[in-house]
Formats: sequence, structure tokens, C-alpha cells
Amino acid sequence: MSASGADRSSLFGRLRDGLQRTRRQLGERLANVLGRRGDLDASALERLEEALLEADVGPTTAGRLVARARGRMDQDPALDLEAALEAAATELLASHRADLSPRGAKPWVAVVLGVNGCGKTTLVGKLAADCARHGLSTMLVAADTFRAAAAEQLMVWAERAGATVVRAREGGDPAAVVHDGLEASRARGLDVVWIDTAGRLHTKRNLMSELEKIVRVCGRSVPGAPHHTLLVLDATVGQNSLAQARTFAELVPITSIAINKLDGTARGGAVLAIADELGLPISVVGLGEGIDDWAAFDPEAFARGLF
Amino acid sequence: MFEALTGRLDGIFRKLTGQARLTPESIQEGLREVRRALLEADVQVAVAKDFITRVEARAVGQEVLRSLTPGQQVIGLVRDELIRLLGDRPVTLAGSPHLPTVVLLAGLQGSGKTTFAGKLAHWLKNAGKRTLLASADVYRPAAIEQLERLGAQAEVGFFRADEGTQPAEIVRRAVDEARRRGFDFLVLDTAGRLHIDEPLMAELAELKAAARAHQVLLVVDGMTGQEAVRIGRAFAERTGIDGLVLTKMDGDARGGAALSLRQVTGKPILFLGVGEKLDALEAFDPERVAGRILGMGDVLGLVERARATVDREAVERMAERARRADWTLEDFLEQLRQMKKMGPLEDLAKMLPGVPRQALSEIGPQAGRLKRFEAILLSMTPFERRHPRRIDGSRRRRIAAGSGTTVPEVNQLLKDFEQARTLMKRLKHGPRGLKGLRGLMR
Repeated sequence: MSASGADRSSLFGRLRDGLQRTRRQLGERLANVLGRRGDLDASALERLEEALLEADVGPTTAGRLVARARGRMDQDPALDLEAALEAAATELLASHRADLSPRGAKPWVAVVLGVNGCGKTTLVGKLAADCARHGLSTMLVAADTFRAAAAEQLMVWAERAGATVVRAREGGDPAAVVHDGLEASRARGLDVVWIDTAGRLHTKRNLMSELEKIVRVCGRSVPGAPHHTLLVLDATVGQNSLAQARTFAELVPITSIAINKLDGTARGGAVLAIADELGLPISVVGLGEGIDDWAAFDPEAFARGLF
Repeated sequence: MFEALTGRLDGIFRKLTGQARLTPESIQEGLREVRRALLEADVQVAVAKDFITRVEARAVGQEVLRSLTPGQQVIGLVRDELIRLLGDRPVTLAGSPHLPTVVLLAGLQGSGKTTFAGKLAHWLKNAGKRTLLASADVYRPAAIEQLERLGAQAEVGFFRADEGTQPAEIVRRAVDEARRRGFDFLVLDTAGRLHIDEPLMAELAELKAAARAHQVLLVVDGMTGQEAVRIGRAFAERTGIDGLVLTKMDGDARGGAALSLRQVTGKPILFLGVGEKLDALEAFDPERVAGRILGMGDVLGLVERARATVDREAVERMAERARRADWTLEDFLEQLRQMKKMGPLEDLAKMLPGVPRQALSEIGPQAGRLKRFEAILLSMTPFERRHPRRIDGSRRRRIAAGSGTTVPEVNQLLKDFEQARTLMKRLKHGPRGLKGLRGLMR
């Protein structure tokens, strides 16, 4: 996972300094009596907790992770606090990993949703390109009929990806476009359909009902569809990600989460809270605007990136 | 949330009762709760720490007031300090003496720059300023088209350079165009860029120089977490910014990024984006955002929304008729429609402080009831709406069938209406009567 070298290393450096200071102190005063895992230095603990907070993990989950890390240290005296924390985070994330490859249905239908500006269209373009590259005939459905020029943006991506696109005019009924797209994909015997929906804040009741309808329409056109509902989250967003995930999941079953914009310095720690509290799995991460700028979710690399 | 915080603080401070002054020891535990609240609101860790130190310095030595609970007292201090740091009073966008005033927008991908550009143009136009829009975003597919459409919706000027023109050149030509055609404002949209993307940050500095921008506004997603500090710092250092805009504030994010950004850039927050439509833009108000960060609800926002959406003339007309006591079902229908314009009831309720989550879920059915009311009213003839007393049993059956409701529901509505009318009559004779009500709408 790419992250800014400079910034992370400075934080990394601070933590290392902190830990080294702790170790020195322990070495000087306590090591001979208690060994390395004697009482944890309060300031080191605070520093690590702050690192978690700075990664947007949030106070509740940060507290829980620290508690779990201490549990691990009790079991394994060789672990230091940072390694224990990283292991606790990795374990939490590894048990919440999902696969986003199309399989088991034709057409395989995925609905992509999320709040405004989280990067849905760009991610859909990248994922569609990957499908096309693997020889799957792919269609994009522009179900964002609200935002000006949203369909044009998707059309450019369709061209890059080598996928066909179905769109309606601006202001049209998104559910109708979805219906048309799915009928067309069946008639043409396509393999994969990605449905790009309009950005909507989870607090907008009307827009959320519209989303519910889109999902319903999928199932009516293609039995068993959607086969995947992908909730896109912006790593830059803080604690609101949890509220977003909770509200979207209450309305439509979320198959997995994509964490976008991890190419910046944001660490996206809010997904730990989401995994912990809601149990939603993570499938892919978005890493930029280029067609290949994404990767399957790697719990270990992500956990390492938190510190 | 605010109630929760005050409640927790009161619990902690209960043992304080009888103490004359706040001491460092006595407020320690309470301040930890405040810190937690700030972190949950996405205030950056170091900024929150700093803030707590300030509040502590102010709190220690204060007398414990009898009129307030200690929790309330500390919250008051917290709130005052928050307002002070957010920037005492609202600031507006300054125009330049040399026309056109060039406003350059900058920010990360997806922060809402293009939508804000459209809203700002609309806002400026309403303020009587001739405004030209132009986009230097040659990277995101269809970004220029998006702004062009928003410009058309706002009915302001749009400058389009030839395909393939470099961003800096687009900006120079847009400035020439704005000058030549005598525009008051030029609003320049730019591509979203990461604050660590060297080439693009260099490009932004170049655009600022090419445009000789008077105002560089950093547009930031109001839901931003800890990153806010790094974003603010990087843009302030690399490009230099003059003001901040927070978008997507119509959601339920607490908006702690506002404090982080203010602290690290020292620049004023000018606007809040509160929706996808062109008019969904509000001037920044420190008091309201402070309340929101602490979870106090947005009462002022509610009042403002009522002011903005309710047709004042229609209200005046209704009030006038009510005074003459010929208030009819036509007015009732009008009233329902005014209410509907303010947005879904749940949204309104969310703006009220202390409405528990569970109560919000109960509002849904209430909204449904209003919809049925409207259906009933629309199934009446204009004659019936003007003369509700003439609606007999057969008419009631027809109305119920026409609106997909039942006769008892129609009866209930008519009964409610009669009661309201009686109340109106009584108000008419009251000392303040509807004048007081009308005063609220001003």
C-alpha cells in the first residue's frame, strides 16, 4: 500500500523514538527486575493510542485494540506493545476480508454505492477495466442521473476500460436505467454488469429509498442480482464512515467495502471500527486516478500502515 | 450527543457540589470526557489536546456558580472557547477593487469543488454580481462539462477553452475574457489533487500566479477526519490560501475538521455546503458549528431553512385570511405544502437538539400521515375545500375513495381542521395573536 514516505516515516519515527525512550528507561530502571514486558510505560501507551486516533480509528475502537494488544502481551512475553497492536489490528481485519471477483452468475451484477465524492465512478472504471482485461464482456450502467455530467464521466471510463455503457438522460429515473441495462446485458449475453449509482449522503431518506428501489429492480431483472453490493468509503473521512456504513447496511445488504483514496496520507482507520462494530468485510482499496491504481485488500499491509 | 456529554459531565462533577472553585484535580476527569467528545467529532488529536489545555487554563479558579450544574458550566466554557477559535464572527468573501475579483478553488478529489463553484456563482449572482465560471480541470473525465452545466443552471457566464489547452493557459484566457466582458467575479475551478502530489501542487501554485487570484479558497469535505490538519497545512504552505469552505455539511458528520483547519491555517471559514442543489450554500456561523461539534443540534439552521423555503407571501396571505376568520382547507393544503418544501421531516428533526435516534424512526409514519392528509385534500373539489361544512356523507365517501383512504380518516381531518379554525378565531382576539407568529417568519 503506498503512503507518503515522508509523513508516515515521521510519525513512525516519533513512535520509534517514543518506544526507544521507553525501552531505555525500562532498561535503566526495571529491566533487570521485571523484564521487558514489565509495567507498560504510560507515555508509550498514550503515544500508540494517539497514533491509532490519528489514523481515524476513533476513541472507542482504539481503546479496545489497546486492551486486546495487552491481552496478547500477557500470553506472549516476547511481544512488544507496537507489534501486539499491529497483530491485534491485523487479526481483526483478516477475519473481515472479502473477494470481489465476478463468479457464479451470468450476468454477474454489482451495485456500487456511497456518499458524494468518495470516488465511486473512478473505482467502477478501474474494476470494469480489470474484468475486461480478464476477457469478461463488461457493461457499465450510469445510474447517476442527478449530478451534472456524471454519465459522461462514466462513458470516458467505459471507453478506457473497453466496456459498453448504458445511460439515461440527466434527470431520468435511475431504476429505469438499471432495468434497461440489465435487460440489454441479458439479451447480449454479457458476463459482468457494474452499476454506478449517484452519490448520496446516508441521511437523505428520499435518496436512500431510491437506492433501495435500484437494488430491488436488479433482482427483478436478473434473478439473484445484485450479486455484490460494494460500499465505497473515502479514507480521508473520519468517524462519519461508521455512520455511513451502518445506515447503508441497514437499508441494503452490503457485501463488501472498498476503501478509496489510500494513496494520500490518510490511513482509513475508521474501517477498523466498522469491522469491529458492524462486522462488514473489506475487499479492495483505491490508490489513485490511474486505471491500475487499486489493489485487493491486504489486512497486514493495512494494519502496518496504521502506525 | 450534547445531552449525553452534559449528562456524563454532570455525573463526574456531582462530587464537586459544595466546592467553591474549579480546581485542576476536580475538572481533570471532566476534561477527559470533553476530549473524547472532540475526538469523536473528528477534531485532530493534537488540536484537541491543545484545546483542552486552553479550557483548563480558563476553568481553573472559576467559581462554581449556583445557577448552573458544574457540567453545564464547563460545557459553557468549552463552547465559548470553541466559538472563539472557530472565528468569533462570520466573514464574507471580499471583492477586489480591481475587477474582476478572481477566486481560485483548490482541494482534494471529491471534496466538492465543482459543485461549490456552481453554488458560489449562483450566490454571487443573487448578490447582483456578474460572474464568470471556468474550469482548469483537464484531468477528471467530464469535469469541464459538469461545471458548464452548473453554470447554465445558475445562468452565469462560462468560459470554455479549446480542447487540449493547458491549465495555466485556460486560467490566463479566462481572466482576459472576464476582464474584456466586464465580469465582477471570476470563479476558477481546478482539478482535485492530493496535498502530497508534488507536480500537481506545483501546478496549483502556477495557476494561482497565472490567475493573479485575489482569493484562494480551500474546499474541504466536512466529514474529513484527522487528515484535515495535513491537508490544511500543505495547501497553506505550498499555495497560500485565503479562506476555507466546508462541504457536505448536510449529513450527520460533527464537523470537527472545522476546528482542525482553523487552527492549522489561521484562515476564516467562509461557507458551508449543505446539499447538492445550487442554493444549498450557507454563510459559516461559528456558533452553529461549535454547537454541532459538541452535538448540540442545529436550531439556527432549522430556523434559517424555514426562512429560506417558506414562501413569505403565502404565509402573509394565510395570516390575513385567518384574521378575517375565513381560513379554509385551501389554506390548510397550502400550509402542508410549505412544510413539505422544508424537506423530509426526519431531516428537520435531526437538526433539533436532543432528538433521540429512536424518536427519529417514529417520524416516518407521521410523514406518511401528512401525505395522506394531502391526498384527502387533493381529492376534494375547490368548492369543498372552500366550504368544508358542506362536505356531507356522500361527498366524504367519494373523497375517501378518491384518495385511497377511509371515511373515518376524512372525518378525522375535518374534525382537526374545525378545531384549528376555532383556535385561529381565538388567536385573532388574543393580545398578540398572529402578529407574533408572523414576526417569526421575518
